[in-house]
Amino acid sequence: MAGKIHRPRPNKDRLRRTMMFMNAQRPGLIKDAYIYGCDSIMLDLEDAVAVNQKDAARFSLYHALTTVDYGDTEVIVRINGTDTEYWREDVRVCVAGGADGIRIPKCESAEQVKEVEAAVEEAEREFGVEVGWTLLMAALESPLGIMNAYEICTASDRMLGCAISGGDFRTSMRVQIEPDGIEINTARSMMLLAARAAGVQCLDTMYPNLDDEEGFRREVDLIVRMGFDGKSLINPKQIAYVHERLAPTPKQIAHSEKIVRSCREQADAGVGVYVVDGKMVDPPFFREAERIIELAKKCGVYHGDL
Amino acid sequence: MINAVGRDIPDYLLVDGKEVYQGRFAKDGQVMKRDAPTCVMNEKPVADKLCASIREACEKCGAHDGMTISFHHAFRNGDYTASMVCKVLVEEMGIKDLRVAATSLGDAHNLLADYIEQGIIVQVQASGVRGRIGDAISHGKLKEPAIIRSHGGRPRAMMAGELHIDIAFLAAASSDKVGNASGNGGKNNCGSMGYAMPDSRYADKVVVITDTLAPFPNVPASIKCEDVDCVVVVDEIGDPKRIGTKEARVTQDPRDLMMAERAADIIAATPWFVDGFSYQTGAGGPSLAVTRFLEERMDAKEIKMGVAFGGITGNMCDLQDRGYVRKIVDTQDFDTKAIAHLHDCPDHVEMTVSDYANPASKGAYVNYLDYMILAALEVDTKFNVNVITGSDGVVRGAPGGHPDTAAGSKCCIIVTPLVRGRMPTICKDVTTVTTPGECIDVVVTDYGTAVNPARRDIIDCLDAAGIPHVSIEYLQEKAYSIVGEPDPLKWEDKVVAIVEARDGTILDVIRQIKPYTFD
Amino acid sequence: MVIEKTAMAGTLESSDAQVTVSPADTLEIVIESSVINQYGRQIKQTVVETLGRLGVESGLVSVVDKGALDCTLKARVECAVFRSCDASMENIPWGGVIQ
Repeated sequence: MAGKIHRPRPNKDRLRRTMMFMNAQRPGLIKDAYIYGCDSIMLDLEDAVAVNQKDAARFSLYHALTTVDYGDTEVIVRINGTDTEYWREDVRVCVAGGADGIRIPKCESAEQVKEVEAAVEEAEREFGVEVGWTLLMAALESPLGIMNAYEICTASDRMLGCAISGGDFRTSMRVQIEPDGIEINTARSMMLLAARAAGVQCLDTMYPNLDDEEGFRREVDLIVRMGFDGKSLINPKQIAYVHERLAPTPKQIAHSEKIVRSCREQADAGVGVYVVDGKMVDPPFFREAERIIELAKKCGVYHGDL
Repeated sequence: MINAVGRDIPDYLLVDGKEVYQGRFAKDGQVMKRDAPTCVMNEKPVADKLCASIREACEKCGAHDGMTISFHHAFRNGDYTASMVCKVLVEEMGIKDLRVAATSLGDAHNLLADYIEQGIIVQVQASGVRGRIGDAISHGKLKEPAIIRSHGGRPRAMMAGELHIDIAFLAAASSDKVGNASGNGGKNNCGSMGYAMPDSRYADKVVVITDTLAPFPNVPASIKCEDVDCVVVVDEIGDPKRIGTKEARVTQDPRDLMMAERAADIIAATPWFVDGFSYQTGAGGPSLAVTRFLEERMDAKEIKMGVAFGGITGNMCDLQDRGYVRKIVDTQDFDTKAIAHLHDCPDHVEMTVSDYANPASKGAYVNYLDYMILAALEVDTKFNVNVITGSDGVVRGAPGGHPDTAAGSKCCIIVTPLVRGRMPTICKDVTTVTTPGECIDVVVTDYGTAVNPARRDIIDCLDAAGIPHVSIEYLQEKAYSIVGEPDPLKWEDKVVAIVEARDGTILDVIRQIKPYTFD
Repeated sequence: MVIEKTAMAGTLESSDAQVTVSPADTLEIVIESSVINQYGRQIKQTVVETLGRLGVESGLVSVVDKGALDCTLKARVECAVFRSCDASMENIPWGGVIQ
């Protein structure tokens, strides 16, 4: 199509520290949500859009996807649930518009993922999009979704990862949000294990209380320590802190650099296991050190020459 | 004749020594003799200067057809006085051909717009024109072009004798029977009377209008009895709650906050950010928000602000109360908190708008300003700024202190979104030049920051601090790529307003807008 | 497409446009805009082109624009026309007449 924006090929393993929700129906919001520097934007056709505006939101979304140059920012669309009458047309418009990925809400089984995948593939063929282009991710919003996290994450090659959706999850568990996150601690942990086992990314829920900066920071600190790859956000002012916390620290970078350098030297000399700063180093350490340097590069905090 | 900002000024306006703009410091060092008001001697002891009504005061002051009257705008959208006085002059006394030289006019003055349309008010001179008056002016309803001057340009014009006021009607929160008047101590306080004070000294006749008669002497006084002819007590002079309108609000908009934080980073990266620095912001949302991000940067450097001046908000007062600001020097108060603070705090003091910004003085405060944060309706690729005319070519803004502070400050930063709705803020040519590009140093937008190439020193500071910047042309092209290139506005030949540079030369003219038609 | 009944899309929020279409014998386009002096021509062009792509040959099309970008104008016109035919919910020709 003439004048259509050319987007880079979606990358399952790209950086997704921050994923910011935007109502696909609000023209003032979606025209340039990328300026705040989040890694991904999540254009929402589901809860943010009233039932009688689902059609209008798709027209807006199609033109936003095909005219706005989002640059390196990933564009994912949250479609309506597979239990609604809306989701199939949502999939068509996402694929036709060239969205990078689709977020499946209320995902509870591998079958659900496969059903969406089939619709995506059909749409890719209909609109002449390379089959396999469009990524998928699953939002786990119920105990059943969490219990089935591994089969969900491995249900399709298109899966980039999963995200817990705290609001619905807490409702189904009959709990309120707690300062220390105890109420969804098990779910977060199980989802993390499943995602890591499946080799996909794991993303945390949004923090609902926009004015509680301290509570937000506490939650970010928690999920960073737990090992999440990123977090859903509802306001641009939340981006900076997540990026700051998810970037490797100068100390981590220096240590990783040392490991990578010495390991290369040792490998040249034919040594397997050896010692750096008094600690034994073997291949898993080396791979982790390389990952940290890579992450530091992507986060823009690495200034070395590796 | 084409002036120094490339605007074509009609020759017929260049009479009686009027010149085109020749550059920001072209008149520096020029000698001038100040004008003085006419004063009638008062030797006899009298009881007071009280008049029973506005009409009586007008009659005592010799109100006549064709006279020039003035008002101040400290009550902004809550002002009752200008309309009240004009109504008496027009409807009770039948005065015609009025010239209104207010410090600013806005939504509170729709009655004056009626009088403009009826041909009773024939000219307007002001530092700002908003609301229906702007519409009336832009549609050519004034017999003579309006003159728009900056806050510093207005007292300069009075001192130069170019603006001679016959009667100044000055609303005051409190006054005693002889005219010692203040912006505080009444039932409706406006705080600083910085705008009114020059008028009290340069108008031939001065009428103080108050709703709170204070015991004699009402001191300390902003307006002094030696300058006052008459005092009138009315029911209400204005509504202080309507001073703080949306123009002076504090933003929660993430876009505004992002730009504000970037501006604070730029301030922290430049050499004037040292203990005792001087600082002012305009009243726009993102401009005001810059202040809140300065706090942590002052902490990091263990410095304090020496002085904040200009228009003051409650936020600045909070900052002073928490020890970050040594002195606040105040020309106007934007909210009730600032009004009370001016009264209560010894380190928060009033200053006249002449002291603040007048170029025809021995050195106004703006000449010693380190950082100025301003908004803009439009900025063009020559860095010229428009804050007067909207996208429809209608007068709807106020230069206020924009040109004065931009010219005087060491680092003038414009903070503005790249586009507003479909309006490109960064454009090829501003509709009206209100502040010359040579006075603008940095433009911060949500799509990037541009530094005036003339400020190599600031570019070097940003580079050293790792703050990214782009060219102004990049921003303009980006804006047009989003909203499309705007079609040029269509104008009639008639000049409806003259934009005076602060030194009195002509910076630009505004013509009558043609009604839009689809061709 | 033929405008079969009155339908509306969009809002009067800043950066949006509200488009109303209703059946009529001829094609009439009425545009009101907060940015008409600088963008009236381009708004009209976008509306005319969009209606042309949709094959709308008659109808009263009223646009109240609050500074919408072209992509929003297109979306609102298309949605209003599809709604007028009760065809806005599925099988939209994305990339066909919608582009």
